[in-house]
Amino acid sequence: MRARIGMSARIDMRARISTVPAGSGRAARLRPVTVRIGAKRGRPGRSVISFRLSLRACLVIAALVAAGLVISALTLSTGSYHVPLSDVVRTVFGDGSTLDRFIITRLREPRLLTALAVGAALGAGGALFQSVSRNPLGSPDIIGFDTGAATGALIVITLIHGTAAQTAAGAVLGGLATAAAVYFLAMRHGVHGYRLILVGIGVGALLSAVNGYLLIRASENDAQSAALWLIGSLNGRGWDYVGPEALALAVLLPAAWWISRALGVLELGDDLSRGLGLRVEWLRGTALLVGVALAASATAAAGPVGFVALSAPQIARRLTATAGPNTLTSALAGAVLLAGSDLAAQQFPTGLPVGVVTAVLGGLYLAWLLSREWRKGRP
Amino acid sequence: MSPDTNTDTSTSTGMGTDSTDRHRLSARNLTVGYHGKPVIDELDVHIPDGSFTVIVGANGCGKSTLLRTLARVLSPLRGTVFLDGEPIHALPPKQVARRLGLLPQGPVAPDGITVLDLVARGRHPHQNLLSRWSEADERAVRDAMAATDTTELADAYLDELSGGQRQRVWLAMALAQETGILLLDEPTTFLDLAHQVEVLNLCARLHAAGRTLVAVLHDLNLACRYADHLIAMRDGAIAAVGRPGEVVTPELIEDVFGLPCRVIDDPETGTPLVIPLAPNPLRQEASSS
Ligand SMILES: Nc1ncnc2c1ncn2[C@@H]1O[C@H](COP(=O)(O)OP(=O)(O)OP(=O)(O)O)[C@@H](O)[C@H]1O
Ligand SMILES: [Mg+2]
Repeated sequence: MRARIGMSARIDMRARISTVPAGSGRAARLRPVTVRIGAKRGRPGRSVISFRLSLRACLVIAALVAAGLVISALTLSTGSYHVPLSDVVRTVFGDGSTLDRFIITRLREPRLLTALAVGAALGAGGALFQSVSRNPLGSPDIIGFDTGAATGALIVITLIHGTAAQTAAGAVLGGLATAAAVYFLAMRHGVHGYRLILVGIGVGALLSAVNGYLLIRASENDAQSAALWLIGSLNGRGWDYVGPEALALAVLLPAAWWISRALGVLELGDDLSRGLGLRVEWLRGTALLVGVALAASATAAAGPVGFVALSAPQIARRLTATAGPNTLTSALAGAVLLAGSDLAAQQFPTGLPVGVVTAVLGGLYLAWLLSREWRKGRP
Repeated sequence: MSPDTNTDTSTSTGMGTDSTDRHRLSARNLTVGYHGKPVIDELDVHIPDGSFTVIVGANGCGKSTLLRTLARVLSPLRGTVFLDGEPIHALPPKQVARRLGLLPQGPVAPDGITVLDLVARGRHPHQNLLSRWSEADERAVRDAMAATDTTELADAYLDELSGGQRQRVWLAMALAQETGILLLDEPTTFLDLAHQVEVLNLCARLHAAGRTLVAVLHDLNLACRYADHLIAMRDGAIAAVGRPGEVVTPELIEDVFGLPCRVIDDPETGTPLVIPLAPNPLRQEASSS
């Protein structure tokens, strides 16, 4: 039925700049426009697909994509072996010298794609977490997920002496177990934002102690590889990392987008959202599940890279000037951030792990965020 | 509106004619509480269609609890809420939300949300995966903002508004939901007298336009002035129901609020005016000046 309407319908994309007359005092900002596809002639108000498109969000998305492309080009071009930009383009599109092809498609491209995908997963996951906890601190790195993943990985590295894949699996299991523990500890007549964060910080502190103990007990060799894993790194990520992460994104990003409008309503509080017809517990559970899965996939690929999940949603929110989860913009911002950080990390002659760069940025950002929250009189 | 209004399903619940036939919204045998402890015990209530019902009662007597249960936000321990003859908790939540709206007590908005964005979120029950923003949504938002006089504020951030403006914006959001029944929990708290009157005048206009309104109010005199149906609650039970002119007596107020008072006619409207008795020192001062 829907298909029939769709086929016989014309596409009617009407751009309306404002839904209401422009405000008098304040300069009218870019208002969302209404896009209607499949409008039926003579029946206004009926269309198959209709949605609101914020011009500002479109501009932000375009800018982030452009930034991502520039960073990608630079990443593929720079390094110990320099490839001129023109050759980069030729090589990416299947041409170019054998050496260029080897350097770019075998070494640099998979690492870049891993960075972009991991960054997107962290950004989108962070957006979901922050929306559900209604707090900019509610990201996987703060509420114990990353520490739990580290515990899982450390157990594999120092006690079982497993392979890289086993380490990743251990990390994912550790993160999921921690997330589940935090969720059930925080659950008392429903899960609430601050409790989730406080319980998460508590559980995270506990696991940090465990991690410290595991590191002290470990042999020097194990401790070294554990430390490298713990900081989060993209060194040597090949195509075998790109595939699974892309697959995870292909499933999880649409899911995140799908629930994001309802999450915007959930930010208005439980009573109001129930009054607006939301299944609050189901939605919160789904959002946390998708968020944890995104964080877990990122951790499996790159280790616990800090800061991106925390800051990407805030950057997206400030760029779009829109409240709500901003899932897709957060994903883009995360991708740009991580790829940019990795590009910066690679400028160091010794090859800095990307986690060091994001940790430094993250520390500064966190201090700034906390001081702002404090000044606003929040706990 | 939704095609599912006033379904005449003859649910054999064995109730009197008055519960479901003339009242879209009613509750029977309602016991509601938190953590298994009842706050409301065995309560029967119905909301007359097209009425402006006001619920009054002391702090903590269960007004919000009742309103939240009527709106399907809270599940009762026992008993049933009926909407259009059907048990409300068995209906799909979105379907309920297209017929009945709730503005809770003291709602909080996320940081940095604009007025237009907030009001637009009231359209959620009318949207789905494909129709995320239709002409009907746009019209509803425009009308709701015009009715509440918030059109000018569309681009302002909610945190930058005064309490009265903010309250009007929340009302706009509830209006954008376009429901025939609207439940408002203390829509006038934190407002000065002029703004209280302004909000209640708005409610009266909505009522005159055919909506069924249920509001919790603390100002008895305004409640008597605007309500055509008053529900007085005490300790989770209904103490009196009826037209304000018939039920508001010094005995009832003493009973419900523990406040000795006189009740006279409002010189403006003829509705009851509750005047608390003054303790001696105040009275002497007043008479000597
Ligand atoms: N979420 C909750 N958990 C536990 N107890 C609650 C909860 N909400 C309300 N109560 C209790 O239920 C009783 C009734 O509360 P309710 O909010 O319905 O009162 P109210 O009549 O709306 O009061 P007010 O005029 O102050 O808004 C109070 O004793 C209150 O302590
Ligand atoms: Mg209350």
